[in-house]
Amino acid sequence: MNESDTPPEPSRTGGTIEVTDLVVTYGSATALDHVRLSVRSGEMVALLGPNGAGKSTLADTLSGILTPRSGTVEVGGRLAHIPEGRQLFPDLTVEDNLSLGGWRSRERDPAFVFDLLPRLAELRKRRAGVLSGGEQQMVAFGRAMMSRPDVLVVDELSLGLAPMVTRDLAAHLVALNREQGLTVLLIEQNARLAFGVCERAYVLEAGRVVAEGPCAELAESPRVASAYLGGSIEETQI
Amino acid sequence: MRELLTYLVNGLAVGCGFALIASGLVAVHRVTGVVNFAQGMFAVVAGLSASWLLGTGLPHGLSEVAAVLIATVTGLLTGLLAIGRRGTTPQSSLIITLGIGVLAYAIEIFVWGDQPRSFPGLPGSVTLGGVGVQRQHLLVIAATAVTFLLLTAFFGRTYLGKALSACASNPYAARVIGIDVTKMGLLAFALGGLLGGVAGVLVTPLRPISFDTDVTLIVNGFAAAVFGALTRPGLALVGALLLGVAESMAAGYGYAAYQTELALGLMLVIMVVQSTRRGPVLEETA
Repeated sequence: MNESDTPPEPSRTGGTIEVTDLVVTYGSATALDHVRLSVRSGEMVALLGPNGAGKSTLADTLSGILTPRSGTVEVGGRLAHIPEGRQLFPDLTVEDNLSLGGWRSRERDPAFVFDLLPRLAELRKRRAGVLSGGEQQMVAFGRAMMSRPDVLVVDELSLGLAPMVTRDLAAHLVALNREQGLTVLLIEQNARLAFGVCERAYVLEAGRVVAEGPCAELAESPRVASAYLGGSIEETQI
Repeated sequence: MRELLTYLVNGLAVGCGFALIASGLVAVHRVTGVVNFAQGMFAVVAGLSASWLLGTGLPHGLSEVAAVLIATVTGLLTGLLAIGRRGTTPQSSLIITLGIGVLAYAIEIFVWGDQPRSFPGLPGSVTLGGVGVQRQHLLVIAATAVTFLLLTAFFGRTYLGKALSACASNPYAARVIGIDVTKMGLLAFALGGLLGGVAGVLVTPLRPISFDTDVTLIVNGFAAAVFGALTRPGLALVGALLLGVAESMAAGYGYAAYQTELALGLMLVIMVVQSTRRGPVLEETA
């Protein structure tokens, strides 16, 4: 985010996430250990961490796929989740993938997604499995939007994508956050991207939140800078 | 030539019965990843139920519809036992369906006895190309054609059908977007019961059915479903028709005692040839 820009006020109230003392286990292994996390309405918050830190476990718990062992997860509003690795339905067309995204909202017509992402309108009859990584991520993004979410959890937006494609998708995300007040939890390993578009961030390591605060402050932290920024920070311009 | 045509039509009708069993297997496997070895039992339950209901004085039509409904409920109950518990793997579910199939023997013998049962189908025959064809054979072929057209339209054109396909394609993603994969699996089992039931009421007038007829049905239906890679109903139909015609020809030309073995042997050869053709293609795309 360019610091000289003044973000416009959100046009509507987004959803919220409130996670308190969350413990999630896989058998005897603890994936999340008393995690506390809060995302306010209209905020865009990053969750950083290395592989195996428990980020995707948290996303799956927020979307109700996993059941916590203890603790609470409260989501205000409808939550949509863009899972790690896109997770499309490869044998179905782009249009079918999108319309199935409206399973919860009963929204069947993807026209408003085509307005948001015009490239998808051109690909509507193609099978999702034959698209490029960037196009698939766009479909995953559009599929999530079909549920008319108040909160969007994006798990590894940049995974396997070219920097230019990542920037385009991040720009869409920022626009939705600023113009429509969509609350976003951006789960990323790419700290430069996350710090460039989010206001606050949490750092998750081995299932525990080890740092949290405004992105600018976290970027100054020697521990965060050395672990996630290679020792220095350059903001991603969106 | 007349004999050949007669055997061909008979074989197509028998193959249609296998195709309906195979389509049930495909429907369940597409959605749940489970090979449902209780699929033949649904046909047996429907055939025995229809015979029993007709015996109680219920008219034709109503008896067959009620029998198909009983098979559908049986399918749903089988699904509840096989996949109803969260976390059950497809391999465990397969073993459960085998167990249900064996348990069903005891229940069927208790309810309907161990003697084969049948009931009259459509009476009379028509002449096609100089060959007399039983109306019941034509009914089986027509009903199977309609069923497959409806299945294709259901999975390919309806929202619910696409959601069912989505569960098979990527169950995790289906859960992410809010689809209850277990409920969809139960729906697939009910659909499997319905398709097995349709097979049962159509085939019983042609071949008397007893508690253990499910073995013949599932062996042939499974071979046909595997021919369609357990996911493609169209190919499964082709496989089933090949099996039915091969069995009919073998029986007609004096090898009745070996008809199943001959037909399955032929199917095995075709599948081996198929797999050797597919091999290089898979390697190229890998």
